[in-house]
Amino acid sequence: MTTYTDQGKQDTRSGYGAGMTELGRTNPNVVALCADLVGSLKIETFIKESPERFFQIGIAEANMMGIAAGLTIGGKIPFASTFANFATGRVYDQIRQSIAYSDKNVKICASHAGITLGEDGATHQILEDIGLMKMLPGMTVINPCDFNQTKAATLAIAEYHGPVYLRFGRPKVANFTPVDQKFEIGKALLLSEGTDVTIIATGHLVWQALIAAETLENQGVSCEVINIHTIKPLDEKAILDSVKKTGCVVTAEEHNYLGGLGESVSRTLATHHPAPQEFVATQDTFGESGTPEQLMDKYGLNNKAIEAAVLKVMKRK
Amino acid sequence: MANNKELNDLVSQVRRDIVRMVHKVSSGHPGASLGCTEFFVALYNEIMDLKEGFDMDGSNEDIFFLSNGHISPVFYSVLARKGYFPVDELNTFRLIDSRLQGHPTTHEGLPGIRVASGSLGQGMSVAIGAALAKKLNGDDHLVFSLHGDGELQEGQNWEAIMYAAGNKVDNLISTVDRNRQQIDGGTEDVLPLGDVAEKFRVFGWDVLEVEDGNDLQQVIDGLNEAKRRTGKGKPVCIILNTVMGNGVDFMMHTHAWHGKAPNDEQLENALAQNPETLGDY
Repeated sequence: MTTYTDQGKQDTRSGYGAGMTELGRTNPNVVALCADLVGSLKIETFIKESPERFFQIGIAEANMMGIAAGLTIGGKIPFASTFANFATGRVYDQIRQSIAYSDKNVKICASHAGITLGEDGATHQILEDIGLMKMLPGMTVINPCDFNQTKAATLAIAEYHGPVYLRFGRPKVANFTPVDQKFEIGKALLLSEGTDVTIIATGHLVWQALIAAETLENQGVSCEVINIHTIKPLDEKAILDSVKKTGCVVTAEEHNYLGGLGESVSRTLATHHPAPQEFVATQDTFGESGTPEQLMDKYGLNNKAIEAAVLKVMKRK
Repeated sequence: MANNKELNDLVSQVRRDIVRMVHKVSSGHPGASLGCTEFFVALYNEIMDLKEGFDMDGSNEDIFFLSNGHISPVFYSVLARKGYFPVDELNTFRLIDSRLQGHPTTHEGLPGIRVASGSLGQGMSVAIGAALAKKLNGDDHLVFSLHGDGELQEGQNWEAIMYAAGNKVDNLISTVDRNRQQIDGGTEDVLPLGDVAEKFRVFGWDVLEVEDGNDLQQVIDGLNEAKRRTGKGKPVCIILNTVMGNGVDFMMHTHAWHGKAPNDEQLENALAQNPETLGDY
């Protein structure tokens, strides 16, 4: 299989911050909004270099989404950022009416997504946000896997016209995608070719999938690993091409199995090419306090969980 | 610039449009539409600096956002009669395949609409965003918004009211239609709003009141005064005291006609009170 090297652990939110820094320097229409979480979103450099293009909204996420919608009227490209929980569930109707239904070119940029927010616990973790956002007509949903990919995605969505939900996280994780890899919205990345099983992963689970694939390879199981960074629109061709070859699939995501990447893959398979599937995801539960590693282990969101799912799905072929 | 005879003729015709639109489909919201007719007529024909035609960005012109989207009949009628789209299209209000959805939306591409509204409490935030974009673009035109008084019960308004004052969004004129009615009854009975002007004032807005928001000259004077107060470090609020259902006697001073259409007989009665001046669609 293809092997990847961790270039040094970094948080994906810092990839967002790095992308914003670059956009501040290169795209005068980009403006940033934040709801009292500047430090957490890593946008200090953007603010320092382009203070007139930054809007501190305060702890008022509903107002932030509306102001972002309004800023597009006049040609601005607003990047509205806060924690994923407050960027989605708290303001669903504002996003729905003022942004999605109104087709506003707003980028909703959400950090601390999933369970790996860690110690703050379930009030701040969200495992339903992909589902909420992908159900909105016209919304693009992106969940990059590492620092480099998050930075590249941040740059790419500025060039795309339409509402986008960009989801990233808090913990430092392996940074393994090429630093100069072009980000194509809606285009899956085939990370490693294999013949026995397809592992389709998004976000923090992509690196876990690569670790699992290496272990399984040593046991004689040939895994194809696909990085789905864009959950909507979904690269159905990449999924079908792979599953037609391997005959079974494991999906892996830091999200509830209801409403997540796994369900989107299921729909694709059920419609075009039914095949056994196992879901590495949370099982319709809230999270809790703990370190990211403890939580990933307890809630079955790591390489071991993926390995177990692969062995299970192989028996169902 | 129109004279008041022309504007009064337009008011009468818009009222006819409103009751005919909601009558045809037996649905829609005539009450506050009628109450805000003078405001819309004055705003679009006397107050705002508008370009020919419509583009979404609204650069180098004044722009308006309707937050209480259910009063779409008055919005549609005034837009059509201003020339944004054919007056005949009012015939399609709330019908399948129409651009004139029950509540205003950009989704069908109706000229004159810049954001969807209907789910209440969101319009002021959008107006603030558009006002900030104008400042960034060096565009010294104004942003206007209209809000129902009952709508102020939505908390997002108060986030927006706090933000606009705290950030000196002084190219924004937000008007509150103070008709003191909402679906379930009087605003002070459902959830008291109290002294709305004072609430805006203590949040840091420059507030003026129009005592009779159904007196065309008072509305024009109030809007002009509001324009004079822009650019001075504070957002401007107009408390527009109106009568819900104004111009149709049996619809006035009650919440009963908030979202109810007249029957055939009631339509005739309403039309008899508002002469045809510019031609029915």
